[in-house]
This record gives sequence, structure tokens and C-alpha cells, in this order.
Amino acid sequence: MKRWLSKNLIKVYAFLAFVYLFIPIAYTMAFSFNNAGKSNLTWRGFTFANWQNPCGAPQVCNALGNSLKIGGISTLIATILGTMIAFALGRHRFRGRSSVNLLIFLPMATPEIVLGASLLAMFLNLGINPGFWPTVIAHVMFCISFVVVTVKARIASLDPKLEEAAMDLYATEAETFRRVTLPLVMPGIFGAALLAFSLSFDDFIITNFNSGTLTTFPKFVYISSARGIPPQANVIGSTMFILALAIVLTGQFVSNRKNRV
Amino acid sequence: MVDAAASTKGDLNLTNLVKEFGDFRAVDDLSLLIPEGSFFALLGPSGCGKTTTLRMIAGLEEPTSGKIAIGPTDITYAKPYARPVNTVFQNYALFPHLTIFENVAFGLRRRGIKDVKEQVTKVLELVELGHLAGRKPVQLSGGQQQRIAVARAIVNRPALLLLDEPLGALDLKLRRQMQIELKWIQTEVGLTFVHVTHDQEEAMTMADTIAVMNEGRIEQMGTPVELYESPRTVFVANFLGQSNLVKGKVEGTSGDDLLVSVHGNRIIVPANRDFAADNHENSVLIGIRPEKISLEHAEENTLGGGIITDISFVGVSTQFQVQMPWGQELAVFEQNDGGASHLQKGDTVSLSWKPQFTFALDGTADVDAGTSVNPDEE
Amino acid sequence: MAFVAAVSKRSSVVRGIKRPSTPYLLLIPGLAWLAMFFIFPLINLAGTSTQTPGDSGEVGVYVQTFRFANYIDAFSGARDQFLRSFFFAFIATVLALAISYPLAYAIAFKSGKWKNLLLVLVVAPFFTSFLLRTVAWKQILGNEGPVVAVLKFLHILGPQSGLTASAFAVVTGMTYNFLPFMTLPLYASLERIDPRTLEASSDLYANGITTFRKVTFPLSLPGVVAGTLLTFIPAAGDYINATLLGNPRTKMIGNVIESRFFDIVDYPTAAALSFMLMAAILIMVMVYVRRAGTEELV
Repeated sequence: MKRWLSKNLIKVYAFLAFVYLFIPIAYTMAFSFNNAGKSNLTWRGFTFANWQNPCGAPQVCNALGNSLKIGGISTLIATILGTMIAFALGRHRFRGRSSVNLLIFLPMATPEIVLGASLLAMFLNLGINPGFWPTVIAHVMFCISFVVVTVKARIASLDPKLEEAAMDLYATEAETFRRVTLPLVMPGIFGAALLAFSLSFDDFIITNFNSGTLTTFPKFVYISSARGIPPQANVIGSTMFILALAIVLTGQFVSNRKNRV
Repeated sequence: MVDAAASTKGDLNLTNLVKEFGDFRAVDDLSLLIPEGSFFALLGPSGCGKTTTLRMIAGLEEPTSGKIAIGPTDITYAKPYARPVNTVFQNYALFPHLTIFENVAFGLRRRGIKDVKEQVTKVLELVELGHLAGRKPVQLSGGQQQRIAVARAIVNRPALLLLDEPLGALDLKLRRQMQIELKWIQTEVGLTFVHVTHDQEEAMTMADTIAVMNEGRIEQMGTPVELYESPRTVFVANFLGQSNLVKGKVEGTSGDDLLVSVHGNRIIVPANRDFAADNHENSVLIGIRPEKISLEHAEENTLGGGIITDISFVGVSTQFQVQMPWGQELAVFEQNDGGASHLQKGDTVSLSWKPQFTFALDGTADVDAGTSVNPDEE
Repeated sequence: MAFVAAVSKRSSVVRGIKRPSTPYLLLIPGLAWLAMFFIFPLINLAGTSTQTPGDSGEVGVYVQTFRFANYIDAFSGARDQFLRSFFFAFIATVLALAISYPLAYAIAFKSGKWKNLLLVLVVAPFFTSFLLRTVAWKQILGNEGPVVAVLKFLHILGPQSGLTASAFAVVTGMTYNFLPFMTLPLYASLERIDPRTLEASSDLYANGITTFRKVTFPLSLPGVVAGTLLTFIPAAGDYINATLLGNPRTKMIGNVIESRFFDIVDYPTAAALSFMLMAAILIMVMVYVRRAGTEELV
């Protein structure tokens, strides 16, 4: 017993760490089945009602819709802009390279509250009211750096010989990019887009500063947390969790299959 | 044009080629004519400029100055995709996202060729991998990837096929097999092959002509036999196989022979193997390959008083280290035909060989040139 | 040869062939976005930080008077929250490192074919909202939650006491929230270690602990640096955990900035505090990175 424990201590420890990681998620999922009534703070019995009517709580689906819209638009813009920068950094030599790297790094090292407060102060100075588009602008801003870092890593792992081989095999610069470079970098771009979306969807602090009266899903949770969040929010959170897990696991399964047979 | 007149349609002609990276001169005033249809090897240690030369021919590197032409066509500044040259890359550079078929078809499709399927199938048959057309590169073994890399290049029927250390990633046995296969493919398709390698044995097995490169220049060019039997520089003598080089003083001539005094012994060098003719007033280096020396039979050239310091048995031959009276260690390889089997460590022996095997090199050169470079280094 | 290879890579025609203006065309849109919505707001905020209330006395109207004493006033008004922010962030970072390191180690060296699945599970908490998870902790640790009930039953906790609305709950929440930020870089640097170097170490008479101290840990240092930074920076600026899980005496600098901005509409103080927070973090990061001796941040 003692031998087994000392040999597997690290595995036991890892298992406990996973338990810690999943406690709040299990809790969130369990309470999505709570027959909550007015307060979702304590267990009041099992029901499917919340899952059958996820928009049942006032505002919750409106908030979710806003979050999805903001996430979608921000992801699209940030992925395009960030990928362009990543290609410039990963595939070109130019003056001012280290300044660009610094400019990419700084937003990631700046606390969110500073990012949110400074943007709002500027919008107010310019007489722009916070709301949907200021929130999109803010989300694109903090997502760009993460996209650049993710895509750049993928480009760096690409063997430059592959592009040389393409040009050696009669592909022009444009064809080389389209037929070889882009397809090989694509998984990185896709991963960066997923990351950007989840950062945007999950953001509260910067959104709270720049969205004015617009409610996003995290804002909805924050505001309603005082009274206990409605179980419908748990339903939505659980659904997002299962969906994201399914996407990632399917992606892994497909890439495993591709590499095998 | 003189160049065009001198070369036939598909010869590769490099004229005064120079490539500098900052202060570093990788290729130094290189001129070379590679005849159409030949299997040509650029041999040298890493950093000698052979890969840079190859990349300039492929169009992946722009020369600092000089000219590259195939037949009458100047391609010095042509884009890589605009020249009839294809490369088999080191580690192959197969496109990981494309099937084997699409890898091989890549060049044909870019050039807008019609019968892609037919040509790809044919070349895959040639390398005997037709059954793998639907696979991805990661699913192939090293040897198979290597053949696909060759197929992907030769399917385009380039005027020139460049091979950049194509066998470096394979194990020894597979490498030997691929050497023979590549040579066979070359005769089969009749293309000009320019092969870059640091492996002298590989170069000698495959190429009709070898250019030995060192520090951006060509040391010597010729057939494998010429280079091995008559090395003209210390670098070539040491880099290709092994040589015993001993300092001596020219005493005079006798008929067609050069007479050299080596630590009191008279050594005869045939005049046509005297590669130090313009520098006789200084010392010369006389050279002899270890397998040409006999410890049993007396020949005209003899160095006496050597003591055997080490014996190693390597199957087909036995290798002796012999310390000469002046301190230098010389190598002797004896065939294992029973003749020298009684010799033991500590025995005193005389080293004898026929004068026709001797060569003389410039005595001012560094005796160790070409030995310190590790030929297996990447 | 490495030299030649490096140089030849640089001057390769494939790269050199492109027009010199291409990189700038690729950079301009993204960098313009960052300039307009990151750099310019910071400059604007710097301007705000030295403003004073206008003569009209109207709420939220300020004029530029270059009053640098705003910084001193702002700091002396929020010194406790500042120190508490860095203290909490530090504790949370240390705890996260202690939890994550063995976890990352187990995934990198002991997980076999389950490696990819376990990695997905590490990031899985990100698939639900950060706020939902924090609210879940609030309810799990809350007075009506199961943990308190058990502790009270065992008489570990007195009948009147609870776990939430405390520094303990705030730090627990922070540790939990940034755990994947710590685990992933740790895993990445551990995974790069060739297991043969660990075998070599034990072959050279090092026991398990010495191998870890002299080989594993030094090799994983880039991951430790990246992970601690990715945890510490957002933790120091966070105020959600303090709001949901804390009490008035656990307020952090983020709470102060937020309330100055929204409740009191005191933009100059909020701006000055934001700047001090950013400067403090950047200085700490630079000192830390220099001492840890790694330049590979991103």
C-alpha cells in the first residue's frame, strides 16, 4: 500500500487537482437541473424545466445573443488583423520589428481594468457613448495580441524549406502562399480564432467599462449573482461547456485519424 | 557569345560565382562547367560553400556576382519557379498536407500540364511506390519519403536535378541501396544530376565527376579515380580517403623521375605525379596511400626503421600504425591474405611501395588540411 | 555552420523576393487598431490623471491643470488596497504554482496515451464562463452551501462563522480562476524536456529529489516564468473575486478604480491609480524576468 502510494503519489495528486478544477463546473451543471423557484442558492429538487425553456429567465437569452454577436464580430476582425501581423513578423524582415513585438506584448501585460478604464475615458472624451460597437472595438483590441502569438508560433514551426520546395516546383509567390503556406498555418489560425472567441465571450471587466447599458452574458451573471443566478444561466453555461468540449475533442479525433491511416 | 558556343544545349555553366553573407565569403569566384547528362558531385566538408552553390543554381539564393547559365540561357537572376531546375531537398520537404500523389503532381499542376495522372502514375511506378499514392508523407518511412522527393522532382523533367545531401537522413544500409537506385534512375531518365554531399564514399560511388570544394573554392575536379589516385592538394589527399604525407627535399631528377630525400631515404616520384613542380626550391610533401605500402616485399621506395605501435583488424585488411624514426606516425593497410599476419606490436618494419603510386605536393601547405573536418558533421 | 545556416536563411530569396513594403502593409491595419484603441487611450488617460475639477463644480467635468500631486493623493487614499492586491495576487500565484506543477508534470511524463485528453480537461474550465465559476464557488463555500454544512457538523466551524466574505475565499477564487494559465506553460516547458536527460541524471548518481532540483526544475524555468506572469498580472488587476467572494475589508485596487470611475465619477484619481497599477506591474515583470534570466516571454 505504501509502495503503491509513493509510486502513484503524483497521479493521485493530479487526480485531486482535476477534482478541484471540476467542482464548480459540476456544481453549475447540477444546479441547471434545480427546481429553483425564486432562488437558485439551495437544492430544491430535480427538474428538466430549465433545459426545456432556457430563455425562461428575463434577459438571459438577450444577454447571450449580445455576447455571441460581439464574440463573432470581434473574433473575425481580430483574427484577420492578428494573422496579418503574425505573417509580417514570422515571414518578413523589416525595421522596427522589436517595437512591434513590444506593442503586441504590452496589451497582454496590462491589467484588464486599465485597458477598460482607459478606453472608456477616451470614448467619453470623444463624446462616444459606450455600447455595442465600443465593446466590439475593445474586444478586438485585447484579442489581437493573443491571435498574433498563436499564429506566429504556428508559422515559426513551419519549415521554410516547404515554401522553397513549392517555388522550386514552379509555384509563384502567390501560389506558394495559397497552396502551401496558408493550408499549413490554417490550424493555427483556427486555434487563434477559438481562443479569441472564448476570450471575448468570457470577458467581463473590459466589457463592463465599455458596454454601457448593453447586457452581455457575463454581465448578466454578475448582476444577478446577488440574488442567486437563475438556473437558465446554468443551462446556458453547461451547454457552452459541452459544445466547446465536443468541438475540441472532435478536432483532436479528426487530426488523429488523419495522421494514422 | 563565347559561352554559348562552347557549351552544348543543356550544360550548366557557372562563371566567377561569388556569394557573400556580410563579411563572410561563402562562395569565392567559382567557375564550373557541368556537361549535360552527367552525374556530378560537389563534395566538401560542411561550410565549404557547396550548399550555397546549389541554392544559387536553384534560384533560392541570389549571387553577389557572377553568372549562372544553362546552355545559352542566363538564369542568374531568374525566380526559382522560372528555371528548369528541380531540387531534392535535404529532409525532403514533402508537403505534409498533401497526399503522395498531390505532392508529385504539384509541379505539373503549377505548369498547367494536361496528363497529370498518367505522368504521376508513371513516375511513381519508376520509384516503385505506386501503391502509396493516397497516403500522406508522415505515413511513409524515410526511404520511401526519399524516393517520393526524387519522383516529385524528376516528374518535371528538369534540365537539371539538384540533390542536397539527399541521403543524409537514412541509415547506412538504406543509404547504400539508395545510392545504387539513384544512379539507376539517373541513367534511366538521362537528366543531369548535381549532387551535394559531405560523404566522400557516396560521391565516389555515384558520380562520374566530382568537384572537391573547400572554403568556397574548388580544390580539384575529376573522376573518382583521378581524385583518389592523384590528389593535387593536401586537402584532397586527406579529405578523400587517407594519405601518408612526409616532408622531403628535392635532390634532382633522373630521367622522367623526381628524386626526393626524405629523412635520408631516396624516394622516387614520377614526373607526371609531381604536383609541386612550381615550388621545388622549398620542401615538398611526398604522399602515399596506406594500402599501397607493403611491410613484406621490398620495393624501390622504402622508408626503414619504423616501429609498429598499433594493429587493428578490420576484416578485409589489417591496419598498422607505424612510428618512424623522425617521430611521425604513418598508416599501412595490409590485405588479409596471410602475408603480414605474423607482425606484432613493437616489431621493427620497413615501409615499401612502387614509385608509380607516389605523388608530390607543395611542401608549404598545411599537412593536416582536410583531416580535422569531421565528414559526418552536418 | 550554424552561422552560415542562420545567415543564409536570412537572405533566402524566398523571403527576400517579396517587396519591402509588404510587411508594412500587413502590419498597418492591426497596429493602427492597437495605436488607436490601446496606445492613444493610455496617453489620454495620462492626461486625465493630472486634471482637477472644473470651476463649474459640475460632477464629472475636469480641466487640465497638470496636478501631479493627484498621484500622491490617489496612492495615499488607496495604499491598503494596492498592497492587498499584490499580496493576494502573490499568494494566489504561489498556490497555483504548487497545484499546477505536479499536475503539469503528471500530464507531461505519466499520462501516456491520455495526454491530449488531459490537456483538454485542463482548459475545459475555460469553456464555462469565468463568472459562472466564481458564482459557483460563492455558493459552494456560501453559508447555505455543502462545505460549511459539513464543517459545522464536524464542529470545525462555529455556528456563527462562514467561509465566504473573507480573504480566504477571495484567494481561493483567484487561485482557481488562473490555474489553467499556470498549468499550460508549465506543461509546454516540461513536455520539451527529453526524458533521457532525467535518466542520464539518475545514471549519474542523482536521486529523485536531486534530479528534480538540478535538472527538471531548471529546464522548466521558462514555463514557471510564463505561468507565474500569466497568473500574477490578471490576478493583481482582478476585482471580481474580491466583489463576489470578499467583504469590504478585502477590497482590491480594481475595486477602487471601478468605484472611482462609476460611483464617484472621479476620473483623475481612477486614471492615476490605473497608471500606478500598470507601472508597478511592468516594473515587477521586468525585474522578475531579468532575475529569472529568460527573455522568452511570449
